[in-house]
Amino acid sequence: GGPQGGSGAPPRPAPVRGRKGVRAGAWAGPGVGAGAGPAPPSSIECHGVSLAHSDLNLLGSSNPPASASQVAGTTGPAQNQMQVPSGYGLHHQNYIAPSGHYSQGPGKMTSLPLDTQREDYYSGLYTVPTQNVVTPSTAHQQPGAQQMYGRGPPAPHIAGSTPGSFQGAASSASHLHMSASQPHSSFVNHYNSPAMYSANSSVASQGFPSTCGHYTMSTVSNTAYPSVSYPSLPAGDPYGQMFTSQNAPTVRPVTDNSFSGQNTAISHPSPLPPPPSQQHHQQQSLSEYSTLSWSAAGLLSAQDNLVRNHTGSLAAANNNPANTVADSLSCPVMQNVLPPKSSPVAPTVLSSASSARMPPTANQPVEPVASVTQPSELLQQKGMQYGDYVNNQASSAPTPLSSTSDDEEEEEEDEEAGCFSQCPNTYDPLEGGSLPQVLLFSASSPAPDPTPESDPAPAPAPAPAAPQPSKLAKPFGYGYPTLQPGYQNAAAPLNAGLQPGNPVYSGFQQYPQYPGMNQLSSSLGGLSLQSSPQPESLRPVNLTQERNILPTTPVWAPVPNLNLELKKLNCSPDSFRCTLTNIPQTQALLNKAKLPLGLLLHPFRDLTQLPVITSNTIVRCRSCRTYINPFVSFIDQRRWKCNLCYRVNDVPEEFMYNPLTRSYGEPHKRPEVQNSTVEFIASSDYMLRPPQPAVYLFVLDVSHNAVEAGYLTILCHSLLENLDKLPGDSRTRIGFMTFDSTIHFYNLQEGLSQPQMLIVSDIDDVFLPTPDSLLVNLYESKELIKDLLNALPNMFTNTRETHSALGPALQAAFKLMSPTGGRVSVFQTQLPSLGAGLLQSREDPNQRSSTKVVQHLGPATDFYKKLALDCSGQQTAVDLFLLSSQYSDLASLACMSKYSAGCIYYYPSFHYTHNPSQAEKLQKDLKRYLTRKIGFEAVMRIRCTKGLSMHTFHGNFFVRSTDLLSLANINPDAGFAVQLSIEESLTDTSLVCFQTALLYTSSKGERRIRVHTLCSPVVSSLADVYAGVDVQAAICLLANMAVDRSVSSSLSDARDALVNAVVDSLSAYGSTVSNLQHSALVAPSSLKLFPLYVLALLKQKAFRTGTSTRLDDRVYAMCQIKSQPLVHLMKMIHPNLYRIDRLTDEGAVHVNDRVVPQPPLQKLSAEKLTREGAFLMDCGSVFYIWIGKGCDNNFIEDVLGYPNFASIPQKMTHLPELDTLSSERARSFITWLRDSRPLSPVLHVVKDESPAKTEFFQHLIEDRTEAAFSYYEFLLHVQQQICK
Amino acid sequence: IEWFYPEGPAPPFSAGTGAAACSSPATAFTFAAFCYMLALLLTAALIFFAIWHIIAFDELRLNPIAQCNTLNPLVLPEYLIHAFFCVVFLCAAEWLTLGLNMPLLAGHIWRCMSRPVMSGPGLYDPTTIMNADILAYCQKEGWCKLAFYLLAFFYYLYGMIYVLVSS
Repeated sequence: GGPQGGSGAPPRPAPVRGRKGVRAGAWAGPGVGAGAGPAPPSSIECHGVSLAHSDLNLLGSSNPPASASQVAGTTGPAQNQMQVPSGYGLHHQNYIAPSGHYSQGPGKMTSLPLDTQREDYYSGLYTVPTQNVVTPSTAHQQPGAQQMYGRGPPAPHIAGSTPGSFQGAASSASHLHMSASQPHSSFVNHYNSPAMYSANSSVASQGFPSTCGHYTMSTVSNTAYPSVSYPSLPAGDPYGQMFTSQNAPTVRPVTDNSFSGQNTAISHPSPLPPPPSQQHHQQQSLSEYSTLSWSAAGLLSAQDNLVRNHTGSLAAANNNPANTVADSLSCPVMQNVLPPKSSPVAPTVLSSASSARMPPTANQPVEPVASVTQPSELLQQKGMQYGDYVNNQASSAPTPLSSTSDDEEEEEEDEEAGCFSQCPNTYDPLEGGSLPQVLLFSASSPAPDPTPESDPAPAPAPAPAAPQPSKLAKPFGYGYPTLQPGYQNAAAPLNAGLQPGNPVYSGFQQYPQYPGMNQLSSSLGGLSLQSSPQPESLRPVNLTQERNILPTTPVWAPVPNLNLELKKLNCSPDSFRCTLTNIPQTQALLNKAKLPLGLLLHPFRDLTQLPVITSNTIVRCRSCRTYINPFVSFIDQRRWKCNLCYRVNDVPEEFMYNPLTRSYGEPHKRPEVQNSTVEFIASSDYMLRPPQPAVYLFVLDVSHNAVEAGYLTILCHSLLENLDKLPGDSRTRIGFMTFDSTIHFYNLQEGLSQPQMLIVSDIDDVFLPTPDSLLVNLYESKELIKDLLNALPNMFTNTRETHSALGPALQAAFKLMSPTGGRVSVFQTQLPSLGAGLLQSREDPNQRSSTKVVQHLGPATDFYKKLALDCSGQQTAVDLFLLSSQYSDLASLACMSKYSAGCIYYYPSFHYTHNPSQAEKLQKDLKRYLTRKIGFEAVMRIRCTKGLSMHTFHGNFFVRSTDLLSLANINPDAGFAVQLSIEESLTDTSLVCFQTALLYTSSKGERRIRVHTLCSPVVSSLADVYAGVDVQAAICLLANMAVDRSVSSSLSDARDALVNAVVDSLSAYGSTVSNLQHSALVAPSSLKLFPLYVLALLKQKAFRTGTSTRLDDRVYAMCQIKSQPLVHLMKMIHPNLYRIDRLTDEGAVHVNDRVVPQPPLQKLSAEKLTREGAFLMDCGSVFYIWIGKGCDNNFIEDVLGYPNFASIPQKMTHLPELDTLSSERARSFITWLRDSRPLSPVLHVVKDESPAKTEFFQHLIEDRTEAAFSYYEFLLHVQQQICK
Repeated sequence: IEWFYPEGPAPPFSAGTGAAACSSPATAFTFAAFCYMLALLLTAALIFFAIWHIIAFDELRLNPIAQCNTLNPLVLPEYLIHAFFCVVFLCAAEWLTLGLNMPLLAGHIWRCMSRPVMSGPGLYDPTTIMNADILAYCQKEGWCKLAFYLLAFFYYLYGMIYVLVSS
């Protein structure tokens, strides 16, 4: 066997067929290693295990190695044997069978799919004869061990067989295989033996498209099989094929040596522990794992080919130090440790599993209901929906749309109707019709408290009033995450106290005397304003006189001036805010006030309490399609009046029954009318196609630059850790692509023994080599995915490819995703330099601190925008992770995410060792990113009371209609802003309402609608308008507008506009409302922070001038302004500064048994920094702790763990866990701050006088810098402008 | 109708045409008349462009991408046609007519200069077109152009007849 193995050219991915260059290569990953030669020990274990579970016939351990070797040498059967772990008595039979085949076989071209390999890494790929020898021995020695490592029962394979495809594949296969990769060759062999084919036909089914014949590689790869059912499949003869494959490389021009070269050359010690042990084993003649023998044998016989994949000692002998082997080996070991993989087939199982895993993940505060719906309920719902859907299809109408479809849907229709490929496995069988019922999982007290996210104490499920108590009860059990860390202090204790006693519905009980139908009518809005003499918010403040303008407690959103009931019902300001809580009656009044009118939205925020409603009919206004909400008025029991268009609608019969109280005839007590934030489970009317599965595609830059930066290790590690936590159901699919100057696809089809890499080098006309096996079911191919993730970081370590073909890779990703839609995560480390979408460097470093013109804030090409629009049309969002040390033209690249509703992450100067804080940040961000909730194929519509209209939208989305945003994905960290204008006078109403409806498909495949409704009073006097200004919302809206202005016009225009906003509003106030003389700069109390915040904006990275700012940093800041929700954005604009060296328990709040001190806010000025203190600055995405020179040594020792100031290191990013009171307080405070935001901030300890302190000081926005005003100067400037 | 007769009230551009006539009587008359005829036809085409533009913007709210895709290819032809007969008028030394067209020509050039980054021809970007300001601007632009072209149409008709009659 040796010569054959060794004879081939060095293992290189090879050549290309026809015009399109697909190369299939194996990389040094575990699978490959096996193919080339001796299997790594760990892999063997896996191998054996999986087979055992799958009930395959196994080769007997009794096979004498010698015989195997003989076989190998002569013909190919050995391969199967090696793959099949022994230990089962069947060995003999198998063995025999193959031999029979061999006689017929070697040279002939017939297809024989070898299925035994279903989960083996080493599946038939590895033709090395020596392996045969090894197998028996391993099996022999440790049958028990193999079983131990088993991965659990293999998932039944579902694919139907299409034998036709195989044949095509087989025929093509012979000439295809190119590449050095032995695995392919082995496949070919399988095809050759006809007998095998027949036996295996069922296996073949994996769903290869019959058309795939021309992609020879793909077919080949697919042939690795499913096969649980696979009985005695002896191997096809690998050897014959081996020859062919090996020969192939020599014949074909080897264009790409990247793999082979890389693998062999890898010199990095693998980080994983296993490798050393492996080597150790190898040296031992009797390895426990028996792999030793494999490897040794392999090396000897296999020679060169084997080398790249393999084992240490021998490899060395071959001149190729194959450290890669170590890596590959290590992977399998890890996998073995993993728990058995669960079969994704039964939905109930899955859901329960998912629920089980949810609670512990504190970072994934999914609202209980949404994430963990009770299985039975879900099934029912789904069943019903699907049933409807089917019916629709069956009916004469050619399109699946039901006639009653929602308007959202109607508009989607043209885009979506045809594109869905139906997946029969998707739906669970009908479980009978669903009863109308309301499931209320939690009734939070809808109090308009600024801190609505209080502790969700697990409420015991009360006997619900719903028709099916048992079903209701379930959700509570699953759904309530056990105490999540409450973020917000204030309300927490209160609610915690209430909830245990009050079951779920406590919220409703708080309002037993609901005002009744008439009270809500528009005429009775909150009009208390005029009666009160002068609210606090109107108190005039002389800005130039007031030294400490910043309050010491966080600024809360003002509460609209409504009557008590409406206040309690109103939407939480965290989800929905209006810049003017008192809406001016006319546009003229608004113009006089000179304030921006708009909404700030955080619609998909993680909620701890959310009523979820399942109901046959979702009650909506018949003309404007508004969802029924707390602010409608019931004219009588049978009719309700829409609060947006004032149409009178009938109350449906179903709505008359209140499942909570089991009462009839009280429509106003339904949960829809009691909560301003609700979620409906939508019926099939709301879908144009069956809900899509969760689909995730990762597109990774593996050029030299990327490898240098080392992000792959972090990403793969993070993915491995969170693979089970990816939101999704049993249909979840995942795929990987890498690219440098070529595009590499990874075939992860279930049943393959190892991931296969397919290389497309034709970047001008990108195509998918095997469209069906690149996105695979996460659960069915989990082992392969893990193999790949383990192997990826080391696959490219020696690449010399510096180019990056991002554009073509994205085109390929789009093609791959377009049938289903989903999420594409792109990791890019440099400027794209090849193919479509290539970019040039546009930044002139000398202009970084220019005070004049900042150019290139807009995209250089519309390639990424067009791509994003295409993606958006196919319900695909592109998320960009840019990890670059140089200019990468984020302004152009960001378009791919902006218009496809993706999100953008930027890690400047990323390097995994040189810049550990960025590496840590990436790691934490990834954890959040991978595990957070996600909604697919979403649309969001914002409606408002007649007379108001949407003007401009801000955020990441595509505006598909005047009020409809198309969001391919929605994530909990996305914020939106909307500018409003008043088109008609609002004189005939006293209340206006805004409603956002977010229709999305949850990761569990449910169509849901989340509805938020906000109510605001209408006022007619300018004073009232000023009284209701929400200054934070106004600033965020202004920031969004300024970004647009910067891009469309210029940065200086935007800066002027910001200053003018202050000047205009304050002068308007001074001239119309305040009676004070004009000499003083007076602002109403509600606006007193306005100048400060605008100054902060002017000094923000996005808008600052005169301070050196890299273009990418600036653009990233702009992207964040556009897409961050208000709470996070405010911290970016105006950081919070706390003194932390004297934390006390005074005013502390208790969160989850922790005492969290609440130090007062300090103003952002160096005057507050005393040398004796230590200060914490919370900038949203980063924390700085500034340590004064004269800081108390006790503090330094107790909190930082160093004896004195001098000994504190320059770079410090963690607070040690010290057992002292002050350390505990500081850490508990920081943890509390951290928990409140999605992206965990990085902590920097900054010593006074260290070079890093400039970063800290640039956030002190009240101070003067060489290029910008101090706060006081700014006020004077404003005053001057006003007086002009 | 009164202005059909040469002795009617003198059109404001009579000086220009007179000058042309003086220099080369035979050809100039026919060329100027030809210019007006050409402009007449082309303006009729431009009117259709403008109407199409207005209709498309009304339907924009249904599908911005498709609408932009239908509108964008028409922008450049429209501008070229207009620029073409401006040049023709320049050759014919119809100064007043040219002067009347100059603002629009300048407007077109400005639009081309300030167009968003696009790989294809056209002005309209589906991602920003739904922005209320831009949408309103484009709609207004459509109506203004329609009005201008309609007036111009009759003006050219008048000019053509005037030139023919005065020859």
